[in-house]
Amino acid sequence: MSNTKIDTSEKPQFFLEEDHHVESSTNLGFWLYLMSDCLIFAVLFATYAVVGRNYAAGPSPADLFELPLVAVNTAMLLLSSITYGFAMLQMERNAKAETLFWLAITGVFGAVFIGLEIYEFVNLIHEGAGPQRSAFLSAFFTLVGTHGLHVTFGIIWLITLMVQVSMHGLIAENKRRLMCLSMFWHFLDVVWIGVFSFVYLIGVVG
Amino acid sequence: MFSNPDLLKFIFGRLTLESIPYHEPILVATFCGVAVGGIAMLALITYMKWWGPLWKDWITSVDHKKIGIMYIILAIVMLLRGFADALMMRAQQAMAFNGNEGIFPPHHYDQVFTAHGVIMIFFVAMPFVTGFMNFVVPLQIGARDVSFPFLNNFSFWMTTAGAIVVMISLFVGEFARTGWLAYPPLSGAEYSPGVGVDYYIWGLQVAGVGTTLSGINLIATIVKMRAPGMSFMKMPVFTWTSLCTNILIVATFPILTATLVLLSLDRYVGTNFFTNDLGGNPMMYINLIWIWGHPEVYILVLPAFGIFSEVVATFSGKRLFGYASMVYATCVIMILSYLVWLHHFFTMGSGASVNAFFGITTMIISIPTGAKIFNWLFTMYRGRIRYEVPMLWTVGFMVTFVIGGMTGVMLAVPPADFVLHNSLFLIAHFHNVIIGGVLFGLLAGVNYWFPKAFGFKLDPFWGKLSFWFWLVGFYFAFMPLYVLGLMGVTRRMSQFEDPSLQIWFIIAAFGAALIAAGIGCFLIQLVVSYIKREELKDETGDPWNGRTLEWSTSSPPPDYNFAFTPVVHDHDSWYDMKNRGYERPVKGYRPIHMPKNTGAGAILSALNLVLAFALIWYMWWLVVVSFVAILVVAIGHTFNYKRDFYITAEEVTAEENKRTELLAKQV
Repeated sequence: MSNTKIDTSEKPQFFLEEDHHVESSTNLGFWLYLMSDCLIFAVLFATYAVVGRNYAAGPSPADLFELPLVAVNTAMLLLSSITYGFAMLQMERNAKAETLFWLAITGVFGAVFIGLEIYEFVNLIHEGAGPQRSAFLSAFFTLVGTHGLHVTFGIIWLITLMVQVSMHGLIAENKRRLMCLSMFWHFLDVVWIGVFSFVYLIGVVG
Repeated sequence: MFSNPDLLKFIFGRLTLESIPYHEPILVATFCGVAVGGIAMLALITYMKWWGPLWKDWITSVDHKKIGIMYIILAIVMLLRGFADALMMRAQQAMAFNGNEGIFPPHHYDQVFTAHGVIMIFFVAMPFVTGFMNFVVPLQIGARDVSFPFLNNFSFWMTTAGAIVVMISLFVGEFARTGWLAYPPLSGAEYSPGVGVDYYIWGLQVAGVGTTLSGINLIATIVKMRAPGMSFMKMPVFTWTSLCTNILIVATFPILTATLVLLSLDRYVGTNFFTNDLGGNPMMYINLIWIWGHPEVYILVLPAFGIFSEVVATFSGKRLFGYASMVYATCVIMILSYLVWLHHFFTMGSGASVNAFFGITTMIISIPTGAKIFNWLFTMYRGRIRYEVPMLWTVGFMVTFVIGGMTGVMLAVPPADFVLHNSLFLIAHFHNVIIGGVLFGLLAGVNYWFPKAFGFKLDPFWGKLSFWFWLVGFYFAFMPLYVLGLMGVTRRMSQFEDPSLQIWFIIAAFGAALIAAGIGCFLIQLVVSYIKREELKDETGDPWNGRTLEWSTSSPPPDYNFAFTPVVHDHDSWYDMKNRGYERPVKGYRPIHMPKNTGAGAILSALNLVLAFALIWYMWWLVVVSFVAILVVAIGHTFNYKRDFYITAEEVTAEENKRTELLAKQV
């Protein structure tokens, strides 16, 4: 400390006497998580782009995909995003019953989406177009299946939150959780739009 | 009933008595050592009645300081394991000439070098770095904890669970024989049908979850929880490098996770991502894994650069030279680290133009890195340098790392790389930067921040001895590998034909023995310092005349770190406070809001460990059971809404009064 020069200028305040209110980190943290998840999908999309045309003398997208089924499926997921939005609007109004109602509708749409996806997968496997058949099918099942797994976890999370909202009401913690699930749900919607255009549409058309 | 093979197969999957390597004398002896040591430790804990405090104060702790310390303990334990592998490899290569088999058959030697690489990167360097970031960053930014304290505890235990998975492979089954990145098709089901690669995959996956979450946590902490007045350009350099490292973690570990998922699908489900037939493409794996793998080396080295920056400024008694250029250099390195991955496989036929692009980007990285070296040198220039142990490591680093950097630029020249690829020259290069850069930095950090964590300094005599053994040992161990690499010796060989090479391997083995002495001195240093802790005691909280906020609080800091949140006016804010006559407040304490401890993180990680083990051995019933248990515990944890409490004003007053008395004794 011997070489410390004492500054004679006015002494500023070096600490807060009041409590320091730190802004919540949840939003930023959850966004970071979503972006890290987005990278997982990026890898799967990139993989599909690289090996998606390696049919290994097996079936191609044009042989396999039924666009009407996928269109219905897509509609289910998009509708579920809208109904989740309705739930959030009701949450803002602190209307517990209405929030729960729209969450339930969202869950049903999500479940139908998963049901149709399983139906599609089972059909493909029965036709001999399982994930082992070619690199194209490996990449297809993994990309679409990973998205489906996310939606499944989203539904489990949704049910958990519905129980918690009915137990404790729309308290601040629950609102924060509903907000996180909302971002997760819309994020899956955006990913699905990528899957729909990039895998199904281009697959059948191109 | 137990003779029914179907039932046994159902319960134990692939696991049979044959999987226990009781016919390998080295492993049996190691196991006996570990078992005796483990039982002795458990007995000691039971005898001293430490289970309660261990559970209450450590295992369930959400305190970032304790979690940081636990990360570093994990790293040191794993360092001993990883280094034991290194010694065995040096012994093997020094002996295996003229038909002498050495100490291992090839299939065992292959496991040893794979385990060495995996352990040193994932379970030594990573937890070491994460431990420092956890311990230091909240203190440097004047925060009371990280953004998500429970997540922090969970991340630590997931990393530990991953380490345990890898350790189990030593005694149950085998480890991968593929090298540390498990390239397919060798790591595919066809060529590696055993459990080795599965141990590798699940060890990394479990630990990877922890790493990603801790990355998210620390970014949020740094962005959201800085003390008032601390703008980004007033953050300490270590915090800056931590921020960049955690951005890299969040932006690359998911790629590793996804890539390993694809590899496991190939192995478990029979998909064709990386196979040789049915459209698979092994090169895709190699691209993907290095898109993670190259940023990974910067994940490790950036915090080390941060430690050197803190140490150099403190022990030169000067503000860091070129603070802003240091920050920009760190950010540029962060971005460039994404644009170089292909230099790991110039020889794999991407063509001249692609190779040229990646060769040039690689060389460009040496510019910001060079700027950093000059900044450190200029900080020392005309400074009042104190050659305490952390400073020795820093100077040792500067010399050693420059050599490693220059051989790196050599490897970045594609035509040269065609000669040097996969040779011992490469091995020497990356050990030169990882030991000379990362490890020296971490050991500087241990010596620098130890008094902050425990309230007494580390003994300098043993610290200096450790430093000199490490430094000299490093040169003896790796300079011969440069020579051998230039002569064309490839890596990962367990036997050699040409007797003229042997002398170089013997010199390298001698170097490894010196490093062993360095590690030994480090361990002795810990013990001696503990014994002499009264003599080495630091009651000021600021033993080095430090410059950043962590030195403004007591050593060890109280649970809440700062009784009053500091207000920052300049970088090197603690130096600024001392300089401008800061007076520590001694009254007016308020209750402090803190997160509660929870056991959920440790329990979830234990269940993940079971899940990983079940997946490795195909015990499908246990997979289902442990997976459901994970879901139940995780969801159950979210039903706990009472996660925080207040430290009362009286408790804070009592704690702070103790410090007031200690400080009064100093004058």
